[in-house]
Amino acid sequence: MSTEIKPKRRDFLFTASYTIGAVGLGAAIWPLVDQMNPDASVKAQSTTEVDVSGIEKGKTITVLWRGKPIFIRRRTKKEIDEATKVDLKDLKDPELDSDRAKNPEWLVMVGVCTHLGCVPLGDKGEYKAWFCPCHGSHYDTSGRVRKGPAPTNLEIPKYEFLDNKTIKIG
Amino acid sequence: MSEEKYIPKSKLGQWFDSRLPLLTLSHHLQSYPTPKNLNYWWTFGGILTFCLITQIITGLVLAMHYVAHVDYAFQSIEHIMRDVNYGWLIRYVHANGASMFFLAVYIHIFRSLFYGSYKAPREVIWIIGLLIYILMMATAFMGYVLPWGQMSFWGATVITNLFSAIPFVGESITTWLWGGYSVDNPTLNRFYSLHYLLPFLIFGLVVLHIWALHVPGNNNPTGIDVKKNSNETMPFHPYMVMKDLLALLLFIIVFLWFVFFAPNVLGHPDNYIEANPLVTPAHIVPEWYLLPFYAILRAIPSKLGGVIFMFSAIFILMLLPWLDTSKVRSAIFRPIYKKFFWLLVFVVILLGYLGAKPPEGIYLVLSRLATAYYFIHFLLILPLLGRYEKTDPLPQSISDPVLSKTGMIDKFKKAAAEYEGENVESFK
Repeated sequence: MSTEIKPKRRDFLFTASYTIGAVGLGAAIWPLVDQMNPDASVKAQSTTEVDVSGIEKGKTITVLWRGKPIFIRRRTKKEIDEATKVDLKDLKDPELDSDRAKNPEWLVMVGVCTHLGCVPLGDKGEYKAWFCPCHGSHYDTSGRVRKGPAPTNLEIPKYEFLDNKTIKIG
Repeated sequence: MSEEKYIPKSKLGQWFDSRLPLLTLSHHLQSYPTPKNLNYWWTFGGILTFCLITQIITGLVLAMHYVAHVDYAFQSIEHIMRDVNYGWLIRYVHANGASMFFLAVYIHIFRSLFYGSYKAPREVIWIIGLLIYILMMATAFMGYVLPWGQMSFWGATVITNLFSAIPFVGESITTWLWGGYSVDNPTLNRFYSLHYLLPFLIFGLVVLHIWALHVPGNNNPTGIDVKKNSNETMPFHPYMVMKDLLALLLFIIVFLWFVFFAPNVLGHPDNYIEANPLVTPAHIVPEWYLLPFYAILRAIPSKLGGVIFMFSAIFILMLLPWLDTSKVRSAIFRPIYKKFFWLLVFVVILLGYLGAKPPEGIYLVLSRLATAYYFIHFLLILPLLGRYEKTDPLPQSISDPVLSKTGMIDKFKKAAAEYEGENVESFK
């Protein structure tokens, strides 16, 4: 005869107690974990407006947005041509230059290397654009990664032109 | 343990010990049998305990003057250096103390590798030791962030960005670690909080480490089992205590040489520039004790791959007791392993050197070769050696290697005769 064990009242009580206990514990731990996420005051600094009227062609300015540097570069004709004529097959993270710069003259990017977060240096590296000194990633005139350990192109933040000379980032 | 039960002499002692056996514990620590052939490589356990306590005490004092805020942290360090009474001394002891702590822990780890101290029945001691080592690295890293200099800031940025390599959740994890969208004030605050906490966790693990050690007892240079409570062991106090103290004093001389004569030689000058989130220093390097792992990170031409290899380089050590299948513990009796051991030492030092160099040209090639060797050593060479290496014959007892030297027995007999001549009554 098979001695099949029927769940008893006590088994039900054990399972129910463990379940309730686990849920309670999880609910108690969550605030302790979530307090480390960005707080309201950090989230509040989510937009920056920048006057770009003073930037000459071939120059870059760096502004701070959410504690990160933002590169705003007014590109030269040559740079735009270099960026647009690249074959997408040569890219590690294929993206068209026209998708990255809505207005080809203006390139707005988060100036943080996608490898481990250093700030790339301008007008440097094999593509005479950006080069990260920390671990040797090279970016082209569109901020796309061409060489080195960085996995993706420099990030394009959300931004818009409020008028001819003002960019709102965020 | 096979020791006989200890009963305190005084009535008060007996009364107390039967309620809280602290006197029994103290007696155990003093009479704990240690192999009589332990050499000076075995003194680093005591030295490490000293380092931990030094760090905790100096850290406690520094915390009375330090301000964990991005606007004040850098100035508060200079305030400690210039205004606080003896602040310069306390800070230099703390900063160089971290380096000395790692110097000692690396010697301690390589001693274990050479003499096979990680093998059965000491696997748990080894694993707890590695957990201590990992916590030490976390603590040192967070401590290095606190002065809020350029290296602090960019070191924190690079290391926290390691987690962004994790697929899908990486970005959320780094944001969570930062408490913002970049390394900033919330990051500094939480690092300070954790930097204060972790040493006490380390202290707890050290207690477990020693507890686990006292179950099987010490390994020894021959790697063979010692008969406990025989003439092969000596009580910890005073014999090992004295030996440890001598080694500790020599160690303190080196320590204080750094503190007084070269307090900044192990640091990086860029950390005396206040953190600037807009400019990354041209060469960012971690502290010297993390360089081998940093070299491995950079040797792999993929972000996720680099991170995986770097963490694997640490965690592979956890598996060491099972990867090394040789039944013989000590490298003294393993002629081939001994060569590979020294090759590993060389490769780790080479990786450390390469970690400080820019990741290009010959440095990159060498980093890749060295990284490959590091993993081959543990994953291929050790399992194969256990199988094919012809080991030398082991001695019958730990006394044999000494006594079998020519003329040794006569020497002992002569010494005993001389001694007996002076104290016939006491010597038997």
